[in-house]
Parts: sequence; C-alpha cells; structure tokens
Amino acid sequence: MRIVIVDDTGARASVLEEGLRDAGYDDIHLVPPHGAFVARIERLVPDVVLMDLGSPSRDSLEEMLIVSRALARPIAMFVDQSDEAMIGAAIDAGISAYVVDGLRKDRVKPVLDLAIRRFNAFARMQSELQEAKLALAERKTIDRAKAILMETRGLTEPDAYALLRSTAMNQGRRIAEVADALITASSLLGGKP
Amino acid sequence: MTPLSIAFVPLTDSAPLIAAREKGFAAEQGIDLTLVRSESWATLRDRLVYGQVQAAHMLAPLAVAVTLGLSQHPCALSTPFKLNTNGNALVMSTAFAAALDPDLTRRIDDPIATAHDFAAAIGLHRRKPVIGVVHRFSSHALMLRYWLGFAGIDPDRDVTLRVLPPSLMTEALKADEIDGFIAGEPWNTAATAEGLAEFVFAGVRIWQRGVEKVLALRKDWMEANAMTVDRLLIALSRSAAWCDDPANKAELASLLARAEYVGRSPDILLPALTGVIVPKQGHSPLAIADFIMFGREASGFPWRSQALWIYSQFVRWGLAPHDAASERAAAEVFRSDIYRRALGASGQPMPGASLKLEGALTAPLAVGSHAGTLTLGPDRFFDGRVFDPDHLGDYIADFGAH
Repeated sequence: MRIVIVDDTGARASVLEEGLRDAGYDDIHLVPPHGAFVARIERLVPDVVLMDLGSPSRDSLEEMLIVSRALARPIAMFVDQSDEAMIGAAIDAGISAYVVDGLRKDRVKPVLDLAIRRFNAFARMQSELQEAKLALAERKTIDRAKAILMETRGLTEPDAYALLRSTAMNQGRRIAEVADALITASSLLGGKP
Repeated sequence: MTPLSIAFVPLTDSAPLIAAREKGFAAEQGIDLTLVRSESWATLRDRLVYGQVQAAHMLAPLAVAVTLGLSQHPCALSTPFKLNTNGNALVMSTAFAAALDPDLTRRIDDPIATAHDFAAAIGLHRRKPVIGVVHRFSSHALMLRYWLGFAGIDPDRDVTLRVLPPSLMTEALKADEIDGFIAGEPWNTAATAEGLAEFVFAGVRIWQRGVEKVLALRKDWMEANAMTVDRLLIALSRSAAWCDDPANKAELASLLARAEYVGRSPDILLPALTGVIVPKQGHSPLAIADFIMFGREASGFPWRSQALWIYSQFVRWGLAPHDAASERAAAEVFRSDIYRRALGASGQPMPGASLKLEGALTAPLAVGSHAGTLTLGPDRFFDGRVFDPDHLGDYIADFGAH
C-alpha cells in the first residue's frame, strides 16, 4: 500500500512516517504542500493520501483528484462513511484521508487509526513543549527581578523572592508579571536591564 | 445561552459572522457563538458535513455541489440566509494587463470591451494564460467562466484554471506560476498593493447583484433546531445591517484585522468595505458602488432563482448532469421559506415571491413585499442576458454548445 503524507510540519510528518514504518508499512512518501506538489502526488499514484486538515492547499489536492487522468481509480475522502466516529476523531485530530476506490476498509482503518493517534500525540507534545518554554522564560524573568531587588535593596535571595510573591498576591497578578514590570521599571530608571 | 459553532474562511465577507459575535448580536439572541477559522473550503465543508460545526460561511455554489454530491460525499445542505452580495474581482499580473485598456476606469466600467481585449491578448501571450480560482464550485469560477464565455473563450481549453487558496495567490504571481486570479477580498487589494497585479474587473460589473457567500447548514440539523435557526437569522440580519452602515466601516475593518479572523491590516480590508478601490499600485482610488453588500435590499434573502442560476452554470460547463431531480434538489438548497419564518416578525421588508427573473432590472424597482417597501437595485448581467428560472433548459441552450 503506497501512502503519501502531505504536511507542512516536517516534524509531525516524520513522527507519522516513523509510526507507519514501525507498523510495517514501507512505501511511504512525504510531500510538503508547496509548488507543484499536486503533480508530484499524481505521479506517485498513491493508495492513501494523509493530509493535514489545516493546510490551505486541500482544495488544490481535491481538484487534482477530480480532474486527474493519471489516476486509474478515483480517490475519495475517507473510506467508509458509516464510520462517523472515526471520521470525527480524524477531523478533531486535524487529519484528512483520501483513499483509492476499492481499497478494503479493514486495510485502511489501521492506517487511519495510527495517523489519528500520532497526530494527537504530536499536538500534545507541542503544547507540552510550549508550556515548558513558557515556564523556562518565566523563571529567567523572576531570577532577573530577584537580582535587581538583591542589588538595589540589599535583600537576600529568599527575601527578594518573598517580596515578589507578596506583591503579586496583593495585586492579584502572577509573579512573572510583577517581575516583568520590575525589570521594565528598573531599566527606565537607568538600572541594568 | 445556546452554544453554536460556525466555520469560516478568513475573508472580508465573513464580516456578518464576526460582527454577530463581536458586536453582541448573537448574544442578544441567546447564542453563544464560536467561530472556527478554516484554511480551505474542503476543511470548512468537512467540519459542516461531519458535524464539528453547525453552520458554515460557504461559497453558494459549493452548497449546491455538496447537496448534489459533486464535491466528495453528498450531504443535503440548506441556505436560509445569504451572507453577502458581490465582492469578487479579477486581477491580472501587470505584464498580462498591459494588453488591456490602460485606462482602468474604462477597463472596469466596460467588461464587454475588456473581455474582447482579453480574448485578443490570449494568442499574443507567451503561454496559455493561467488563472487562479479558489474552487471549481465557487461564485468566482462561475463568474470568470461566464465572462470568458461571452468573448468566445473556452475556459476549459483556451486558458488554464488552477485551483489555489487565496493566501497563496500572491506567491504564485511572484513565482510566475499564474498570470492572474479571481478571489474575494482582501486578496485582490493585497496583490494590488504589493504591485503584483491590477484590477481587470469587479464582480459587481459582471452581475450587479451576484450571489456570493451563504450561511450553510445541514438540512437535517436545520429542521431539528428551528428555534435556534430563527434566532441565528435574526442575529445575522442585524449584524449584516450593522456591517453595511457606512458609520461602522472603520470599526469593522479593525475587527476583521484581528489575527483570529482575517489577520490582514485594516488598510487592506477597508477598500472593499467602503467600495473605494485602488485598482493598481499608485493609481487614484476609484469608487465602485455596491462593491460588496451585506444587508441592504434584503440581500440576505435566498432567492431560489439564484440557486437555479448556479445550477444552470454547472450544467452549462458540464459540471453537473441536467435532469429534473438535480434541478429540484439544487433549487431546494436555498430556503426562502425559512428566511420568511425567522424574519417575518422583524418588521423589515420581505419579498413576496421566492423566484424572480435574474438580470432583468436595469433600474431600482419597488417590489411586492409583506412589510414596508422593498426596493431592489439593478441586477443586470453585463451581457444583458436574463435568466428565467422557469426556462432553465432554454437559457442553457442559448449559450450554445460547450
């Protein structure tokens, strides 16, 4: 079974490809949706196309599926319209699947299930990574604010942190926001940024 | 509050949905509106068909095509409300436009002469012109085909129509992959402002009251949720009136500009809203009346004759078969009965009929209306043809064999 993955996010496409290879599929092609990508897909004559639902180029792909003379058998969305739950899960995960006419459902379903799991896992990973980045940035801001307080007011590190924390609590703001305001104010007053 | 999700594509004509949420028209009707930005018509369609959203900002022809099963799997859709009238434009690269009338006012005012100029330029161009269209089942593609067909150009043989998302049209122009494109705003203004293209025609000059985006619902959902549908239509009708008010244009442009909506600067969004267009980089602005309309003249009213006009063009270009069942199914996509039910008590003028001749009005006309007076603006096609929905077959035959 020849599978083409159309995805702008190189990392997500790799994660999906790796999963498919681990599951024993070995005829996999990654095609980013740029330039003449539709012609490339047409030449590959795939059995299944997995495409990022967020790609603006889906309409171009569907146009090719309608007009192509190179494709011997038509390719349509998903495989079995009766499986609304799976289609819903695919859309929620952000993936669309085009399957060549005549391919049996039991052969396609594992591919789609795997794609849904991988897309979801990737989305989770992305949001965890985002949170971790944000946490790191906030910690750096708080450290800089503490250093300013220690230097200008002669506080110890625990006292500097306690002051930031009580100020934040009194103002109903987050510590990182208070720290950020302090850094801005300090640089305006000519302190070290 | 009733939660309701509506999918939209980032375009200027999504305005009535965005204003319904941001200006409180939806909340007033007890609707907690979530707008789901979609980057392609395929994704918008899937979200609607598979129930991820209850409604969508859809190309009118796509709603007909999905119902007829011409675009992936068939699903009965209904349109009880049109979101806007007009708003398209054709732009071409400056290299190609050099073959057209250099006086842009004349070029835009006279689509007949421009169509002939275009036809004459085809043979002189270094390749078969490639024109970007947003979707085969778009008002844009049908309008372009209509205009080309007038000048004897076969859109399937003499030019190449390439489906591209509007966000990639300017890149494709830069890379010389296309010679021009037809799309909704803000994309024509965006390409023009970058100096990549200039206006060839404005949709309003091709069909003075051209059907454009509609509110599309799944038929079964619409029938099972009559109360919510009625409240939604009241909200959208008030929102459309707000969008049309000249006093609100600047605020509307800044709402649309937000990253979660269209995400382009207000300068690029405002020209279409005010109808004052810069048709070419460095050119003085041109006022084009009715460039886009939201609420005036009961423009939300889904005339069934307009669904039939769309179907007539599908048949004309071989995109759909001509049979009585398809013709009936196409007409039934536009639900003027639901519009009447929802807005009948609102006191605003309401057309008495559901079908009319399309393209017959050369001057504003007061028409039969259930409340108040309703004046319809001129709705001519640029070639003067009139579409009689009772004689669809004759209308198609009159264009000659494709």
